[in-house]
Amino acid sequence: MEAAAADILPSGSSQELHVLAVDDSYVDRKVIEKLLKISSCKVTAVESGARALQFLGLDGEKGSLGFDGLKVNLIMTDYSMPGMTGYELLKKIKRSSAFREIPVVIMSSENILTRIDSCLEEGAEEFLVKPVKLSDVRRLMKDCVMRGETEGNNAGRRVDKRKFEDDNHTSSLSSSSSSTPSPPSSPSTTAPFGGDVATSELVSSLPPHSSKRAKFHDGD
Amino acid sequence: MERNPMRRQLQTLRKSLFDQGYLDDQFVQLEELQDDANPNFVEEVVTLYYRDSGRIILNIEQALERKPFDFNKLDAYMHQFKGSSSSIGAKKVKAESTLFREYCRSRNGEGCMRTFQQLKKEYATLRRKLEAYFQLARQAGPVETACRPK
Repeated sequence: MEAAAADILPSGSSQELHVLAVDDSYVDRKVIEKLLKISSCKVTAVESGARALQFLGLDGEKGSLGFDGLKVNLIMTDYSMPGMTGYELLKKIKRSSAFREIPVVIMSSENILTRIDSCLEEGAEEFLVKPVKLSDVRRLMKDCVMRGETEGNNAGRRVDKRKFEDDNHTSSLSSSSSSTPSPPSSPSTTAPFGGDVATSELVSSLPPHSSKRAKFHDGD
Repeated sequence: MERNPMRRQLQTLRKSLFDQGYLDDQFVQLEELQDDANPNFVEEVVTLYYRDSGRIILNIEQALERKPFDFNKLDAYMHQFKGSSSSIGAKKVKAESTLFREYCRSRNGEGCMRTFQQLKKEYATLRRKLEAYFQLARQAGPVETACRPK
């Protein structure tokens, strides 16, 4: 953990987060997968909340890290899904001792204030209005990296999370009332991304298909 | 200025799709995700869209054959359809989807049926146009743009 924290470079280009993306739409899964891969993430895309829980090992088995052993650093889930909604998935994750620290981002095509508020209240990091753009994902990644850098270890995590929930409730109310179609301002100034983001199990290699994406990092 | 005539034609075609309101910025977002590793990414997404949403269209058609209309179900289907359409930047199709959902919410069966017919037209038109566009893109060959492959 100590070594990994030091491996996080400011540019963020040498870290690889593992993101679990949950969406019942094939098209949206394909797009979010691409958005994340381009942002140097490892992606596991599943079609339902049930599958997501299965992957996390929350469907009955205890304490597993996902069947390929890779820790999940971020969960991005669609809100409206048949069976288990993204909101229900969020609650299950936040109520699990093993996974409550994993930041969860909700995506929804509907910009409904009460929905946004409930998600944030349940501990969602962000609520993104679909369709999700590359700039949204890049902002999420930057927030992860920044918090990984400043945090370093797990010690203050839970306290920060509670603070986030309180802070965010107020900030979500104020940003919601500005009623723009864009998602509420990122809670980057308040709380950290809950989990072990960008620490222990990072793979430091840069993915190969970055020739065009390099323009974002290098500012071509 | 594009020297290659086929590429000029492609750019003109592309511009018309936006100018005539068939596509919105989300399509551009997808284009920006295309790279050397995935040079046909946009076409793949669009192909996936037509395959996936075709299924939903069928479901809606069947649901519209059952009277009385189950407006909640129709709305749910259209929510799905609208989402995918939005994800590829299908502007006109998305607009018809929105209208359809409004008719669902106001329990207006006539409105639903009318709008659905219009939606299917737009959906088919867009498909034709995009097919022509991708075919031309393939013929025109790889492009030199500001995002030059390294």
